[in-house]
Formats: sequence, C-alpha cells, structure tokens
Amino acid sequence: MSLIKGKTGEWEMVIGLEVHAQVISKSKLFSGASTEFGAVPNSQVSLVDAAMPGMLPVLNKYVVEQAVRTGLGLKAQINLTSVFERKNYFYADLPQGYQISQYLQPIVGEGTIILDLEDGETREVGIERLHLEQDAGKSIHDQHPTQSYIDLNRSGVALMEIVSKPDMRSAEEAGAYLRKLRTILRYLGTCDGNMDEGSMRADVNLSMRRPGEPMGTRTETKNVNSIRFVQQAIEQEARRQVQVLEDGGKIVQETRLYDGMKGTSRSMRSKEEAHDYRYFPDPDLLPLELDAAWVEDIKTKLPELPDEKKARFVKDFGLSIYDAGVLVADRDTAAFFETVAEGRDPKLAANWVIGDYFGALNKSGADLQTAPVDAGKLGGLLDLITDGTISGRIAKEVFEEMWERGEEAAAIVEAKGLKQISDSSEIEGLVDEIIAGNPGQVEQFKGGNEKILGWFVGQVMKATQGKANPGLVNQVLRKKLG
Amino acid sequence: MSELTNLTIVGARDLLAKGEISSKELTEAHIVAVEAARPLNAFITETPEKALEMARASDTRRAAGEAGILEGLPIGMKDLFCTEGVLTTAASHILDGFHPTYESTVSRNMWDAGAVLLGKTNLDEFAMGSSNMTSFYGGVENPWRRSGDNRPLVPGGSSGGSATAVAARCALGATGTDTGGSIRQPAAFCGIVGMKPTYGRCSRWGIVAFASSLDQAGPMARSVQDTAILLRAMAGYDAKDSTSVNVAVPDYEAAMTGDVKGMKIGIPKEYRVDGMAGEIDQLWQQGIKWLEEAGAEAVEISLPHTRYALPTYYIISPAEASSNLARYDGVRYGLREEGATLDQMYEATRGKGFGAEVQRRVLIGTYVLSAGYYDAYYNKARKVRSLIAGDFAKAYEKVDAILTPTAPSPAFGMGDKMDDPIAMYLNDVFTVPASLAGLPGISIPAGLSAEGLPLGLQLLGKAFDEETVFKVAGVLEAAAAFEAKPAFLAA
Repeated sequence: MSLIKGKTGEWEMVIGLEVHAQVISKSKLFSGASTEFGAVPNSQVSLVDAAMPGMLPVLNKYVVEQAVRTGLGLKAQINLTSVFERKNYFYADLPQGYQISQYLQPIVGEGTIILDLEDGETREVGIERLHLEQDAGKSIHDQHPTQSYIDLNRSGVALMEIVSKPDMRSAEEAGAYLRKLRTILRYLGTCDGNMDEGSMRADVNLSMRRPGEPMGTRTETKNVNSIRFVQQAIEQEARRQVQVLEDGGKIVQETRLYDGMKGTSRSMRSKEEAHDYRYFPDPDLLPLELDAAWVEDIKTKLPELPDEKKARFVKDFGLSIYDAGVLVADRDTAAFFETVAEGRDPKLAANWVIGDYFGALNKSGADLQTAPVDAGKLGGLLDLITDGTISGRIAKEVFEEMWERGEEAAAIVEAKGLKQISDSSEIEGLVDEIIAGNPGQVEQFKGGNEKILGWFVGQVMKATQGKANPGLVNQVLRKKLG
Repeated sequence: MSELTNLTIVGARDLLAKGEISSKELTEAHIVAVEAARPLNAFITETPEKALEMARASDTRRAAGEAGILEGLPIGMKDLFCTEGVLTTAASHILDGFHPTYESTVSRNMWDAGAVLLGKTNLDEFAMGSSNMTSFYGGVENPWRRSGDNRPLVPGGSSGGSATAVAARCALGATGTDTGGSIRQPAAFCGIVGMKPTYGRCSRWGIVAFASSLDQAGPMARSVQDTAILLRAMAGYDAKDSTSVNVAVPDYEAAMTGDVKGMKIGIPKEYRVDGMAGEIDQLWQQGIKWLEEAGAEAVEISLPHTRYALPTYYIISPAEASSNLARYDGVRYGLREEGATLDQMYEATRGKGFGAEVQRRVLIGTYVLSAGYYDAYYNKARKVRSLIAGDFAKAYEKVDAILTPTAPSPAFGMGDKMDDPIAMYLNDVFTVPASLAGLPGISIPAGLSAEGLPLGLQLLGKAFDEETVFKVAGVLEAAAAFEAKPAFLAA
C-alpha cells in the first residue's frame, strides 16, 4: 500500500479497473463478418452490423466459449444462465441505436487475479464480473470540415468487459493487475492484449480516502490505452482529488477523459448528465443457457496458467520465485525455457534464458520467433558446459558468436578451438612451470594465504586463453602446492 | 371480379394442376384487379412486371414438373417484409427509397414454393395501429359498407392492406404480421380468414421489427384451408432468427379432418367484456352451438389475468418498439433531414420521418424503460405477461382450443377513434392475450352485424398446435357458411 502525503495528512487510493478485452474470434459476436484488424473501412460489415431493417443477431458460440475459458482462467464463477440486454443510446457509430451487452446476469461472476509485485510479493485482487458485449464502430472526425466519417468494421466485434473489485491501492498495483490480466488472456488465447491496437482498453475508477475510512466519491477515467498511461492517469487523478479535498472541496462523481499526449484529463460528463441507458432483455435473443458438462470440458482443456506454471517451476525445477515469475510472464518464453531445460539442469537453463538470452533479445530487438539462436541451439551450448567441453566463461563467448552467425555451439567451439583443456598431464606441465617461475607466490600460499590460489588459477587460464578446465586446474594446483 | 380472381387458393391450385389455367392468366387477372382496386389504397407498391415475370417462370417450372405448394399463385406481401430490390417502406416516411438487398425468410420461402408477388400491401406505420390509418401512404378503405351507408370504413390493422386486397379479390391470399392482433382483427373486419401462428413458427428475419417478442408472420386468405396452405409454405425453422423454433412443419391441410367429436373447447368467462355489442355475444354463442352440434364439448374456463393484458401489451410493445426503431436515425438509409449537429439531424429526421402514432409509442416505450419507472411499468408488465401465459397453460390442461370473438365491434368509420388512442387500443382486447402468451390464433368470418358488416370468431390453440386450430376452424367455417361479399369487388 502506498499512501499519498497531502498538506493535511495521508491519503489512500482506492482503485478499480474495467477492462474491455476484444475476444479472439474469426467472426463477430452476433454476425459472420470478419474481425480482422486493419481492413479497408466498411469492408467487414454484415447486414446485422449495419442494423439494416429486419436483421437479427445470432450468437457466436465460439465467442461464448472464449468468455467461459476466460472466466475459468480467472478462477471465476461461470453462470450457466446469462442474459443479453440492450443498452440504448444514440450515436452515429452505433447503428442499432443500442449496444447488445449483459447487465443484470453476466456470463461470468466473481473471480480472482493474483498480482506479482516488484518485490516478489503477491496480492489478490477480486474480479467482480465478466460480461460479453458488442463493440461500436469508429467515428473519424478529421477527414472533413463539417462531417464525420463512420467505419463499421469494428461494429459488433465481441468484447469482454472485465470488472475488478476496488481492491487496488496504488498505480503500481494497477499496472501489475493489467499486466497479469493480459498474461492470463494471452495464455488462454482469448484476447491478444494489444493495447496499441485497441484490443485491450481500460477505464479507471478512483477515489481517495483517509486510511481506514470508508470509501470516498469516485471518478471514472475512460479509455486509457496503455499500462503506462493508466499509471500516469491514476497518479494525476489522485493528486487532483487530494488537492480538491484538501482545499475543502468535494469530488464530483463524473466521467473523465484522459489525454495521454498531454498527460492530463478533463471532465466528460457528470452523474447528472449520465445517459439513461434503458437496459432491457434483448427480445431477439433467448437467455443464454450453458451446459455444465460443456463448461467442464472447456475447463479440462485449459492450458496451464501462469500461477500454476510458476509454482511448478519453483517446486519441480527448484527455481527462485523471482526467476519463475520472470519466465512465466509470457507463455512463449515459458515454453522456450521448458524446451531448453528439458533433460538439462533447470537452474542453469533459467540463468542462461533470463540472463544472456533475454539480454541478447533486448539488445538486438529480436523476439523468440526471429532470434538467431533457438531453444535447441541454446540447449546445445548448455550441454557443452555440462559435459565439461567448455567453461562457463568460454560459453559466453561462444554464445555471442552463435548470436552473430546463427551456428550451433559445437561448430563454433570446434572451429575456434575453444575446447576446454581437460588433459591433466598438459595442465600439470603448465602448473609445474608456473610454480617454478614464481617462488614468492608459492611461499605466500604455504604461509597460509589461500587467496593466492586464485592468482595461480589466473596464470593457468592466461597461458591457455581460458580454455583450461577450471575444476581440474584447482585440483592440480592444490596437489602441487601441497 | 373475374372468375379467376374469385377463386380460392384451393380452387386455383386445382385448375393450375389440371392445366386448365396458367399462372400467367391467373396473374394477369389479378394485376387488372389490383389496378381496379386502387381507390381502396390497399397497395403501397404494385409490381405487375415482376408478377408477370414470376408467373412465366412458374409456368415453366410447372411444365418441367417442378411445381411447389404455392406454384403460380399471385399474392400480396405486407410491406413490412423486406423484398430484394423492391421498395420496402413499413408505411413510414422514414424508410423513403429503401430497396433491401435481401429477401425476408418468409417471403423467400413463399417464392421458393412458387408464389407470385403482386405488390406490397399497405399497413399501419411500422404495424402500429388497428385501423390502417397511421400509414404514411394514407389509410386503406375496407371494401365492405354498412347497408345503405356509403361512408368508408377502416379495414382494421395493421395488416389492413392485405385484408382489403384479399377481401376485394385483388389477391388470392396475402401475408400479414400480428403483434397484438394485426392479422386477426383486420381479417374479422374484412370478412376473411387470418391466422397468427405460434411465436417462433415463422422466421422474423427480414421483417421490419415492431415488438420483437410478439411479432409473428401469418397468412390471410378467403378460406381456412387457403390459410393452411399458405402457412405451410411460410413456416419453418430459420437459424438466422434465434427465437425461431426448430420443430417440423406439419401438413396443415391434412389436419382439417372435419372431426371435432369429443374435443373440449374452452369458453373464457373473462372475455365477456363491458360494452361488447350484443350481436358479438350472440355470434359467440352461435359459434359455441355450432361446435357442440359437431360433437365438441364447450367448457367454461377462466383466464383470470385477461383484464391486465391490454395495459401489459401497451407497455411491452412500445418498450421494444422504442429500441427497435432507434436504428432509423438518418445515418445509413431512408430519410435524412440535415441538421447542424448530429443531435439536430436525429431530431429533424425522426421528427419528420415518424408519424404521430409511432412517435407516441416511442415516447411511451422510452418512458416505461427509463430509470425510476422501469420496475413500475416494464418489469411489472413482464411479470403480468408470464401470469397471462400461465392462465392459458392452466386452461389447456382441460381444453383443446379456446373460442372467443375476434374484436369487440365490426369495422368502424375511417377517421373514427383517431383522437382517442385508448378507444383505438381496445380493438385488440381479445387478440392481445394470446399474443402475449405466444399462442396461435385464427379469425374466421362467422356472420354479419345488423348493419351488414362481417364479424369474426377467434380460435386459439396450444403452442405449436396449429393443426387443432385449423381443424376446429374448418368445422366452424363449414357451419357458419359465410357467403356474403363486400360492396367493392375488384375488376
């Protein structure tokens, strides 16, 4: 919990988030039109999406499956009966004059998300509900001086509105919530989580209170389209509210609009100006009844989720909680790690994946698909370390070469003659020479200066360009120095 | 009236089958009749060229031995059904110039069965009305006249154009839609048969929506058997309508065995309403007697929530309509009246595009759904609706069908009741309860009022048991032997 210090004392933030997540599906919630992003305007619009007279919605079963899958992934209650209602309002990019949504009876009820915080701590945030609804079209206002253009490609695309409980207490927690939610959605394959394409958008509900006091009046900041902006919007709105409250004012319940470019928000409408959406059950659609066995079937086919994967990595692989958390943050990364770790030392694999491999990815801007070193090649490198062919230090050099040239580790070791010297007679000869040439250091060691052993190791490594097997060198030195 | 236009569907079908007439001849006779009946204003759009083209194609199919169940029969299509490439108006200014790029499922089914389109029939705007007076294209005249009184009468509504076209012998049959009585009441007013099937029997896909939980397409024709033939072609499951029900469509004609011996016919005591004309009650008693004579047993039943049906209907249907009509906003099709802002464009378009009755219902619907009133009106109405459905379910434990009058009065004068919406809404008092319960109902002409106007009796059935309704209606029809003809007969 982080408190804000005001002029009159400390304040606590109370944050709830409403996330609109676009469902991954080929066709829209109630029509067969394509959902593909970036198509020519108005090229993916069915008669239903354009609300032509007499057209009727038909529910897309796959979208329902995706919502159920998401609900199960959020450890939430799946409601076997849910109801689609009409949310009525007029806007040019809302062809029906209403949005089909769920209101009193959503498809998914209460659930939980576990946040992974910076310090390795975890914290639970409650999910209030998840419901399905149609997206609206897009209004384009900058193409004509007096008229707006309408693109209905997005009209009718399925969204999941995921509402959290007001359980977050800082911008960091809000960020952690969005990251974790996005990870879960991506694991499940139910939303791609691309905030910059608008397929995941967040509304922030925020109020301030004195620690321990009841909740204050909240504001809602709409459509914040990146995790960074969400955190900025929270900080900014919290400061604004504290200032109002400390100046003796009252927070007005209102909807605010955040401008990410300017980093400011402005009032969009007050509670009094709020729409009366006149929700009522959509008479074109029957209540949605799910078969418990069907839900159970989806449940048994769920992929392993990040929290379970993390627990398994800690338990089965002996990884630290932190390392396990880093590896499971992305489903592909976790799979990559598991491929590398298969049949090898998992800790060694984790160190290499998180350390050198992620470092190289970041530096080069590549991703797992485009990287010159795949899991098999990285595994090959680890095998050479494990079987003593090369040392860990040489391995770093080899890895850089692999990244550069995309070749197998063994080929590089062979070509550059980097194979570790594990021939004890060769090392003994070298050690003899060094002992003979450095009587002063030998005296120091015999006088009890254990640290000087490292100097001897360094001399051997220098003489072999680092190729000597460090374990063997230590062993031989101890024997000879006696 | 030519011999060809006075045929029933059964009669025309047989002559076509025997090769004694062609669809082209039959259609040409009807095109002449449609033109001759123009003073009645039954059609918003006539499609004579399309009709001839379809008739020729039909004759070709028949020659090739591929005749469908409506092969070659010219019909009227209520202008609430979207018809590909043919102006579709819902009798509203707001759909100016709207030519759908698609065909409604019901009309598609009928064309697939071989039917021929004569034109799009007039109706109350968006099917909202019981007089056909709310049409942007003007009221429709009932072809009937009171004896010795030439003042024009309404055909009822909302399917008034279809009822008039069929009664005046412009079409062998026509489609209607029934939300609270819009097939049955005009059928009664015009002396024809109108059948509203079970909700979910016919697809609503491509029908301009009024109140989605109530709207249901159905046939109108001059005999019970004719409506049975039409319904068989119209009905069927449609995956594009989520409220359509996947049950087999039976051969309704075959169900008309004429045998009602031992059947129990419910007579609901609550339908004896205040102010009902004595002659309506007498006709009802006569209907009971006819069925008893045929071997059925009349059983008094109670539908205790009947008196709440009308107010319930006038909350639920405008609530749904207010939302269904939101799409007519001037943005994508139909009328657009420009404005300086988006809101001004909406206001100008919808203010000009919707007539007074539609505006009234949109306002009522918006009101009953708004915060603070929702529970008192809309939610209460939903609860009452399920009580009404429960009344029927209970009654049908004891009876096979229910007999009532169709409307509390015969056709009234054009312009009457226009200043009193409540009086107008009372027209639906006998038809609305079954609509709320989603049950099938038929109106058959059973007699004439003292002034010489047709009066209808209504038979209601169990859900998806249209067969029993047709069977009992056939017996009632035979007993009533309604032979009277309207004052105006086309060509």
